[in-house]
Amino acid sequence: MFKVVHYLNQFFANIGGEEKAHIPPEVREGFVGPGMAFNNAFKGEAQIVATVICGDSYFAENTQDALKQIIEMVKKYNPDIFIAGPAFNAGRYGTACATIAKAVKDELGIPVVTGMYIENPGVDLYKKDIYIISTKDNAAGMREAVPKMAALALKLAKGEEIGTPDQEGYIERGIRKNYFASERGSKRAVDMLIKKIKGEPFETEFKMPIFDRVAPNPAIKDITKAKIALVTSGGIVPKGNPDRIESSSASKFGKYDIEGVYDLTSETFETAHGGYDPVYANQDPDRVLPVDVLRELEKEGKIGSLHRYYYATVGNGTSVKNAAKFGQEIAKELIADGVQAVILTST
Amino acid sequence: MVKEIERAGIPVVHMCTIVPISKTVGANRIVPTVAIPHPLGNPALSKEEEKALRRKLVEKALKALQTEIQEQTVFED
Repeated sequence: MFKVVHYLNQFFANIGGEEKAHIPPEVREGFVGPGMAFNNAFKGEAQIVATVICGDSYFAENTQDALKQIIEMVKKYNPDIFIAGPAFNAGRYGTACATIAKAVKDELGIPVVTGMYIENPGVDLYKKDIYIISTKDNAAGMREAVPKMAALALKLAKGEEIGTPDQEGYIERGIRKNYFASERGSKRAVDMLIKKIKGEPFETEFKMPIFDRVAPNPAIKDITKAKIALVTSGGIVPKGNPDRIESSSASKFGKYDIEGVYDLTSETFETAHGGYDPVYANQDPDRVLPVDVLRELEKEGKIGSLHRYYYATVGNGTSVKNAAKFGQEIAKELIADGVQAVILTST
Repeated sequence: MVKEIERAGIPVVHMCTIVPISKTVGANRIVPTVAIPHPLGNPALSKEEEKALRRKLVEKALKALQTEIQEQTVFED
Protein backbone atom coordinates (compact mmCIF):
# COMPACT_ATOMS: atom_id res chain seq x y z
CA MET A 1 0.00 0.00 0.00
CA PHE A 2 1.30 3.46 -0.92
CA LYS A 3 1.94 5.95 1.86
CA VAL A 4 0.52 9.42 1.28
CA VAL A 5 1.22 12.73 2.99
CA HIS A 6 -1.52 15.33 2.54
CA TYR A 7 -1.24 19.14 2.81
CA LEU A 8 -4.12 21.33 4.04
CA ASN A 9 -4.57 24.94 5.12
CA GLN A 10 -6.00 26.00 8.48
CA PHE A 11 -9.50 26.21 7.04
CA PHE A 12 -9.79 22.73 5.55
CA ALA A 13 -8.07 21.29 8.64
CA ASN A 14 -10.97 22.73 10.68
CA ILE A 15 -8.69 24.90 12.79
CA GLY A 16 -10.30 28.19 11.84
CA GLY A 17 -10.81 30.90 9.25
CA GLU A 18 -8.86 34.07 8.61
CA GLU A 19 -8.27 34.62 12.33
CA LYS A 20 -6.14 31.44 12.24
CA ALA A 21 -4.41 32.09 8.91
CA HIS A 22 -1.16 32.97 10.71
CA ILE A 23 -0.53 29.53 12.25
CA PRO A 24 2.88 27.96 11.48
CA PRO A 25 3.26 24.47 9.97
CA GLU A 26 2.25 21.49 12.06
CA VAL A 27 1.88 17.80 11.32
CA ARG A 28 -0.75 15.31 12.44
CA GLU A 29 -0.75 11.54 12.14
CA GLY A 30 -3.33 10.15 9.72
CA PHE A 31 -5.94 12.03 7.72
CA VAL A 32 -7.69 15.31 8.54
CA GLY A 33 -10.85 16.78 6.94
CA PRO A 34 -10.96 16.04 3.20
CA GLY A 35 -8.29 13.38 3.77
CA MET A 36 -11.06 10.96 4.57
CA ALA A 37 -12.52 11.31 1.07
CA PHE A 38 -9.04 10.70 -0.39
CA ASN A 39 -8.61 7.53 1.67
CA ASN A 40 -11.95 6.28 0.35
CA ALA A 41 -11.00 7.15 -3.22
CA PHE A 42 -7.70 5.24 -2.91
CA LYS A 43 -9.78 2.06 -2.38
CA GLY A 44 -7.15 0.38 -0.24
CA GLU A 45 -4.28 1.03 -2.67
CA ALA A 46 -2.95 3.99 -0.70
CA GLN A 47 -3.48 5.63 2.66
CA ILE A 48 -2.81 9.03 4.19
CA VAL A 49 -0.22 8.50 6.92
CA ALA A 50 0.17 12.14 7.90
CA THR A 51 -1.33 15.56 7.25
CA VAL A 52 0.74 18.74 7.19
CA ILE A 53 -1.19 21.91 8.00
CA CYS A 54 -0.15 25.53 7.66
CA GLY A 55 -1.99 28.86 7.82
CA ASP A 56 -2.36 30.55 4.44
CA SER A 57 -0.97 33.90 5.55
CA TYR A 58 1.88 32.28 7.45
CA PHE A 59 2.98 30.41 4.34
CA ALA A 60 2.65 33.45 2.08
CA GLU A 61 4.60 35.69 4.44
CA ASN A 62 7.30 33.17 5.47
CA THR A 63 7.51 31.06 2.34
CA GLN A 64 11.14 29.97 2.51
CA ASP A 65 11.11 29.05 6.22
CA ALA A 66 7.72 27.35 6.05
CA LEU A 67 8.76 25.40 2.97
CA LYS A 68 11.87 24.11 4.73
CA GLN A 69 9.90 23.00 7.77
CA ILE A 70 7.19 21.37 5.66
CA ILE A 71 9.69 19.43 3.53
CA GLU A 72 11.26 18.08 6.73
CA MET A 73 7.84 17.05 8.05
CA VAL A 74 6.97 15.27 4.80
CA LYS A 75 10.37 13.57 4.57
CA LYS A 76 9.98 12.03 8.03
CA TYR A 77 7.09 9.88 6.81
CA ASN A 78 8.95 8.68 3.74
CA PRO A 79 5.78 8.80 1.59
CA ASP A 80 5.24 7.45 -1.92
CA ILE A 81 2.78 10.18 -2.87
CA PHE A 82 2.21 13.81 -1.87
CA ILE A 83 -1.22 15.43 -2.24
CA ALA A 84 -1.95 19.11 -1.67
CA GLY A 85 -5.41 20.67 -1.39
CA PRO A 86 -7.53 20.91 -3.48
CA ALA A 87 -7.46 24.70 -3.15
CA PHE A 88 -10.28 25.66 -5.57
CA ASN A 89 -10.08 29.45 -6.10
CA ALA A 90 -8.30 30.35 -2.85
CA GLY A 91 -5.28 32.32 -4.03
CA ARG A 92 -2.90 32.01 -1.07
CA TYR A 93 -3.86 28.38 -0.51
CA GLY A 94 -3.42 27.50 -4.19
CA THR A 95 -0.05 29.21 -4.33
CA ALA A 96 1.01 27.33 -1.19
CA CYS A 97 -0.21 23.95 -2.50
CA ALA A 98 1.63 24.38 -5.79
CA THR A 99 4.83 25.78 -4.26
CA ILE A 100 5.02 22.94 -1.71
CA ALA A 101 4.11 20.26 -4.25
CA LYS A 102 6.85 21.41 -6.60
CA ALA A 103 9.41 21.49 -3.79
CA VAL A 104 8.42 18.00 -2.61
CA LYS A 105 8.71 16.69 -6.17
CA ASP A 106 12.12 18.30 -6.67
CA GLU A 107 13.63 17.49 -3.30
CA LEU A 108 12.07 14.13 -2.41
CA GLY A 109 11.53 12.84 -5.95
CA ILE A 110 8.02 11.49 -5.33
CA PRO A 111 4.87 12.06 -7.41
CA VAL A 112 2.78 15.06 -6.39
CA VAL A 113 -0.76 16.07 -7.26
CA THR A 114 -2.76 19.14 -6.36
CA GLY A 115 -6.05 20.58 -7.53
CA MET A 116 -7.40 24.06 -8.15
CA TYR A 117 -9.61 26.32 -10.25
CA ILE A 118 -8.12 27.47 -13.53
CA GLU A 119 -7.94 31.15 -12.40
CA ASN A 120 -6.11 30.39 -9.15
CA PRO A 121 -2.75 32.22 -9.30
CA GLY A 122 -1.05 28.94 -8.29
CA VAL A 123 -1.94 27.56 -11.73
CA ASP A 124 0.06 29.98 -13.84
CA LEU A 125 2.97 29.78 -11.42
CA TYR A 126 3.43 26.00 -11.48
CA LYS A 127 1.25 24.28 -14.11
CA LYS A 128 4.36 23.53 -16.16
CA ASP A 129 6.02 21.77 -13.22
CA ILE A 130 3.29 19.69 -11.62
CA TYR A 131 -0.04 18.00 -12.22
CA ILE A 132 -2.90 20.25 -11.12
CA ILE A 133 -6.36 18.72 -11.39
CA SER A 134 -8.85 21.29 -12.70
CA THR A 135 -11.57 21.92 -10.09
CA LYS A 136 -14.60 24.14 -9.55
CA ASP A 137 -14.00 27.55 -7.99
CA ASN A 138 -15.38 26.57 -4.58
CA ALA A 139 -15.43 23.68 -2.14
CA ALA A 140 -18.68 22.38 -3.59
CA GLY A 141 -16.38 20.83 -6.20
CA MET A 142 -14.69 18.60 -3.60
CA ARG A 143 -16.64 15.51 -4.54
CA GLU A 144 -15.61 15.79 -8.18
CA ALA A 145 -12.01 16.76 -7.50
CA VAL A 146 -10.99 14.07 -5.03
CA PRO A 147 -11.49 10.95 -7.23
CA LYS A 148 -9.59 12.59 -10.11
CA MET A 149 -6.71 13.63 -7.87
CA ALA A 150 -6.58 10.21 -6.22
CA ALA A 151 -6.68 8.34 -9.54
CA LEU A 152 -3.90 10.43 -11.05
CA ALA A 153 -1.78 10.08 -7.91
CA LEU A 154 -2.12 6.29 -7.98
CA LYS A 155 -1.19 6.16 -11.67
CA LEU A 156 1.89 8.26 -11.00
CA ALA A 157 2.91 6.13 -8.02
CA LYS A 158 2.57 2.95 -10.09
CA GLY A 159 4.53 4.47 -12.94
CA GLU A 160 1.64 4.04 -15.35
CA GLU A 161 1.37 6.12 -18.47
CA ILE A 162 -0.43 9.42 -17.92
CA GLY A 163 -3.08 10.37 -20.48
CA THR A 164 -3.86 13.77 -21.94
CA PRO A 165 -5.18 16.64 -19.82
CA ASP A 166 -8.69 15.88 -21.09
CA GLN A 167 -8.49 12.22 -20.16
CA GLU A 168 -7.06 12.72 -16.68
CA GLY A 169 -8.63 16.05 -15.79
CA TYR A 170 -5.44 18.01 -15.12
CA ILE A 171 -4.59 21.48 -16.33
CA GLU A 172 -2.49 21.57 -19.49
CA ARG A 173 1.20 21.72 -18.75
CA GLY A 174 2.32 22.80 -22.21
CA ILE A 175 4.15 19.53 -22.79
CA ARG A 176 4.15 18.12 -26.33
CA LYS A 177 4.24 14.39 -26.71
CA ASN A 178 5.04 12.42 -29.83
CA TYR A 179 2.65 9.70 -30.92
CA PHE A 180 1.85 7.75 -34.06
CA ALA A 181 -1.27 9.13 -35.69
CA SER A 182 -3.34 6.85 -37.82
CA GLU A 183 -3.56 9.43 -40.60
CA ARG A 184 -0.82 11.53 -42.12
CA GLY A 185 -0.40 15.21 -41.37
CA SER A 186 -1.65 16.55 -44.70
CA LYS A 187 -4.95 14.73 -44.32
CA ARG A 188 -5.37 15.81 -40.72
CA ALA A 189 -4.69 19.41 -41.70
CA VAL A 190 -7.26 19.37 -44.54
CA ASP A 191 -9.84 17.70 -42.26
CA MET A 192 -9.26 20.38 -39.67
CA LEU A 193 -9.56 23.14 -42.27
CA ILE A 194 -12.85 21.74 -43.56
CA LYS A 195 -14.23 21.58 -40.04
CA LYS A 196 -13.15 25.15 -39.47
CA ILE A 197 -14.82 26.34 -42.70
CA LYS A 198 -18.04 24.53 -41.76
CA GLY A 199 -17.91 26.16 -38.34
CA GLU A 200 -17.64 22.78 -36.59
CA PRO A 201 -15.58 22.27 -33.43
CA PHE A 202 -12.02 21.10 -34.01
CA GLU A 203 -8.98 20.59 -31.87
CA THR A 204 -5.62 22.04 -32.83
CA GLU A 205 -2.57 19.78 -32.54
CA PHE A 206 -0.31 22.67 -31.69
CA LYS A 207 -1.64 25.22 -29.25
CA MET A 208 0.09 28.55 -29.22
CA PRO A 209 0.88 29.89 -25.77
CA ILE A 210 -1.01 33.01 -24.76
CA PHE A 211 1.13 35.85 -23.52
CA ASP A 212 -0.65 38.82 -22.12
CA ARG A 213 1.97 41.17 -20.85
CA VAL A 214 1.77 44.94 -20.88
CA ALA A 215 5.01 46.85 -21.33
CA PRO A 216 5.88 49.23 -18.49
CA ASN A 217 4.87 52.84 -19.05
CA PRO A 218 7.59 55.52 -18.96
CA ALA A 219 8.51 56.77 -15.51
CA ILE A 220 7.05 59.94 -14.01
CA LYS A 221 9.46 62.79 -14.74
CA ASP A 222 8.43 65.14 -11.96
CA ILE A 223 6.53 63.45 -9.16
CA THR A 224 6.19 66.78 -7.31
CA LYS A 225 3.77 67.87 -10.03
CA ALA A 226 1.99 64.57 -10.57
CA LYS A 227 -1.58 63.84 -9.61
CA ILE A 228 -1.58 60.41 -7.98
CA ALA A 229 -4.58 58.17 -7.40
CA LEU A 230 -5.03 55.34 -4.94
CA VAL A 231 -6.67 52.09 -5.97
CA THR A 232 -6.99 49.00 -3.80
CA SER A 233 -8.16 45.40 -4.00
CA GLY A 234 -8.05 45.31 -0.20
CA GLY A 235 -11.70 46.27 0.22
CA ILE A 236 -11.32 49.58 2.08
CA VAL A 237 -14.72 51.30 1.97
CA PRO A 238 -16.51 54.04 3.91
CA LYS A 239 -17.99 52.61 7.08
CA GLY A 240 -21.15 50.65 6.34
CA ASN A 241 -19.98 49.63 2.85
CA PRO A 242 -22.47 51.91 1.03
CA ASP A 243 -22.09 50.10 -2.33
CA ARG A 244 -22.42 46.69 -0.73
CA ILE A 245 -19.25 45.39 -2.34
CA GLU A 246 -19.26 41.62 -1.83
CA SER A 247 -16.77 40.12 0.64
CA SER A 248 -15.77 37.58 -2.02
CA SER A 249 -16.25 37.19 -5.78
CA ALA A 250 -16.85 40.94 -6.06
CA SER A 251 -19.09 42.02 -8.94
CA LYS A 252 -18.32 45.74 -8.59
CA PHE A 253 -15.92 48.40 -7.41
CA GLY A 254 -16.54 51.61 -5.49
CA LYS A 255 -15.39 55.20 -6.05
CA TYR A 256 -15.05 57.28 -2.90
CA ASP A 257 -14.48 60.97 -2.29
CA ILE A 258 -11.63 61.68 0.12
CA GLU A 259 -11.52 65.44 -0.24
CA GLY A 260 -10.68 66.83 3.19
CA VAL A 261 -9.85 63.37 4.54
CA TYR A 262 -6.38 63.36 6.10
CA ASP A 263 -6.50 60.10 7.98
CA LEU A 264 -8.63 56.96 7.67
CA THR A 265 -9.95 55.91 11.07
CA SER A 266 -11.94 53.02 12.50
CA GLU A 267 -14.90 55.39 12.82
CA THR A 268 -14.99 56.40 9.17
CA PHE A 269 -13.66 53.50 7.08
CA GLU A 270 -13.46 49.72 7.21
CA THR A 271 -12.67 46.72 5.03
CA ALA A 272 -15.30 44.74 3.18
CA HIS A 273 -12.76 42.02 2.27
CA GLY A 274 -13.63 38.51 3.41
CA GLY A 275 -10.30 36.92 2.52
CA TYR A 276 -8.05 38.14 5.31
CA ASP A 277 -8.30 38.81 9.03
CA PRO A 278 -10.02 42.25 9.07
CA VAL A 279 -8.95 43.26 12.61
CA TYR A 280 -5.88 45.32 11.62
CA ALA A 281 -7.48 47.04 8.63
CA ASN A 282 -10.56 47.95 10.67
CA GLN A 283 -8.42 49.38 13.49
CA ASP A 284 -6.56 51.62 11.05
CA PRO A 285 -7.54 51.45 7.35
CA ASP A 286 -4.38 53.42 6.46
CA ARG A 287 -2.62 50.07 6.91
CA VAL A 288 -4.16 49.07 3.56
CA LEU A 289 -4.83 52.43 1.90
CA PRO A 290 -2.11 54.92 2.93
CA VAL A 291 -4.14 58.13 2.74
CA ASP A 292 -2.49 59.64 5.86
CA VAL A 293 1.03 59.40 4.46
CA LEU A 294 0.05 60.63 0.98
CA ARG A 295 -1.63 63.67 2.54
CA GLU A 296 1.62 64.44 4.38
CA LEU A 297 3.64 64.08 1.21
CA GLU A 298 1.12 66.27 -0.61
CA LYS A 299 1.42 68.96 2.07
CA GLU A 300 5.22 68.84 1.91
CA GLY A 301 5.12 69.22 -1.86
CA LYS A 302 6.71 65.81 -2.42
CA ILE A 303 3.85 64.85 -4.73
CA GLY A 304 1.68 67.11 -6.88
CA SER A 305 -1.62 66.03 -5.39
CA LEU A 306 -3.62 63.06 -4.21
CA HIS A 307 -6.58 62.47 -6.53
CA ARG A 308 -9.91 63.40 -4.97
CA TYR A 309 -11.34 59.91 -5.39
CA TYR A 310 -9.98 56.50 -4.60
CA TYR A 311 -11.24 53.25 -6.07
CA ALA A 312 -11.72 50.01 -4.16
CA THR A 313 -12.87 46.49 -4.73
CA VAL A 314 -12.47 43.17 -2.94
CA GLY A 315 -9.87 40.92 -4.52
CA ASN A 316 -11.04 37.61 -3.06
CA GLY A 317 -11.89 34.93 -5.56
CA THR A 318 -12.84 37.75 -7.93
CA SER A 319 -12.89 36.48 -11.50
CA VAL A 320 -10.13 37.65 -13.81
CA LYS A 321 -12.80 38.85 -16.21
CA ASN A 322 -14.39 41.12 -13.60
CA ALA A 323 -11.05 42.39 -12.34
CA ALA A 324 -9.97 43.30 -15.89
CA LYS A 325 -13.27 45.08 -16.47
CA PHE A 326 -12.90 47.05 -13.21
CA GLY A 327 -9.38 48.02 -14.19
CA GLN A 328 -10.48 49.26 -17.61
CA GLU A 329 -13.35 51.31 -16.21
CA ILE A 330 -11.22 52.80 -13.44
CA ALA A 331 -8.40 53.67 -15.86
CA LYS A 332 -10.82 55.43 -18.19
CA GLU A 333 -12.06 57.68 -15.39
CA LEU A 334 -8.55 58.32 -14.08
CA ILE A 335 -7.37 59.43 -17.51
CA ALA A 336 -10.40 61.70 -17.91
CA ASP A 337 -9.55 63.22 -14.50
CA GLY A 338 -5.93 63.84 -15.49
CA VAL A 339 -4.36 61.34 -13.09
CA GLN A 340 -0.71 60.64 -13.99
CA ALA A 341 0.21 57.75 -11.72
CA VAL A 342 -1.49 55.08 -9.61
CA ILE A 343 -0.55 53.35 -6.39
CA LEU A 344 -2.48 50.09 -6.19
CA THR A 345 -2.41 48.24 -2.88
CA SER A 346 -3.33 44.59 -2.38
CA THR A 347 -3.72 42.42 0.68
CA MET B 1 -6.63 45.68 -12.44
CA VAL B 2 -2.95 46.60 -12.34
CA LYS B 3 -2.42 45.37 -15.87
CA GLU B 4 -5.46 47.16 -17.29
CA ILE B 5 -4.45 50.46 -15.69
CA GLU B 6 -0.95 50.07 -17.12
CA ARG B 7 -2.41 49.12 -20.51
CA ALA B 8 -4.48 52.32 -20.49
CA GLY B 9 -1.24 54.26 -20.30
CA ILE B 10 -0.95 55.23 -16.62
CA PRO B 11 2.19 54.07 -14.80
CA VAL B 12 1.13 52.03 -11.78
CA VAL B 13 3.03 50.64 -8.83
CA HIS B 14 1.67 47.52 -7.14
CA MET B 15 2.20 47.39 -3.38
CA CYS B 16 1.54 43.87 -2.16
CA THR B 17 2.84 41.10 0.06
CA ILE B 18 2.70 38.06 -2.24
CA VAL B 19 5.14 39.11 -4.95
CA PRO B 20 4.84 35.90 -7.04
CA ILE B 21 1.12 36.57 -7.50
CA SER B 22 1.81 40.15 -8.50
CA LYS B 23 4.29 38.93 -11.11
CA THR B 24 1.83 36.36 -12.46
CA VAL B 25 -0.84 39.01 -12.70
CA GLY B 26 1.52 41.12 -14.80
CA ALA B 27 2.40 44.09 -12.58
CA ASN B 28 5.54 45.87 -13.80
CA ARG B 29 6.54 48.00 -10.81
CA ILE B 30 6.23 45.98 -7.61
CA VAL B 31 6.93 47.09 -4.03
CA PRO B 32 6.80 44.24 -1.48
CA THR B 33 4.84 45.06 1.69
CA VAL B 34 4.67 43.92 5.31
CA ALA B 35 1.93 41.30 5.69
CA ILE B 36 -1.33 40.25 4.07
CA PRO B 37 -3.78 41.71 6.63
CA HIS B 38 -1.71 44.90 7.08
CA PRO B 39 0.42 45.50 3.98
CA LEU B 40 1.25 49.10 4.94
CA GLY B 41 1.40 48.82 8.68
CA ASN B 42 2.55 46.75 11.58
CA PRO B 43 0.34 46.61 14.67
CA ALA B 44 3.33 45.50 16.77
CA LEU B 45 4.92 48.95 16.40
CA SER B 46 4.00 52.21 18.12
CA LYS B 47 1.74 54.58 16.15
CA GLU B 48 4.68 56.80 15.22
CA GLU B 49 6.96 53.95 14.17
CA GLU B 50 4.16 52.42 12.16
CA LYS B 51 3.51 55.65 10.28
CA ALA B 52 7.22 56.02 9.59
CA LEU B 53 7.27 52.49 8.18
CA ARG B 54 4.28 53.27 5.99
CA ARG B 55 5.89 56.48 4.79
CA LYS B 56 9.06 54.61 3.85
CA LEU B 57 7.07 52.11 1.81
CA VAL B 58 5.07 54.82 0.03
CA GLU B 59 8.27 56.73 -0.72
CA LYS B 60 9.66 53.54 -2.22
CA ALA B 61 6.54 53.31 -4.39
CA LEU B 62 7.03 56.91 -5.53
CA LYS B 63 10.63 56.10 -6.39
CA ALA B 64 9.45 53.11 -8.41
CA LEU B 65 7.12 55.38 -10.37
CA GLN B 66 10.07 57.65 -11.18
CA THR B 67 12.30 54.79 -12.32
CA GLU B 68 12.48 53.82 -15.99
CA ILE B 69 12.17 50.04 -16.35
CA GLN B 70 12.16 47.64 -19.28
CA GLU B 71 10.63 44.62 -17.57
CA GLN B 72 8.89 43.52 -14.36
CA THR B 73 10.90 44.96 -11.49
CA VAL B 74 10.63 44.31 -7.77
CA PHE B 75 11.81 47.32 -5.78
CA GLU B 76 13.50 45.82 -2.73
CA ASP B 77 15.43 47.89 -0.18
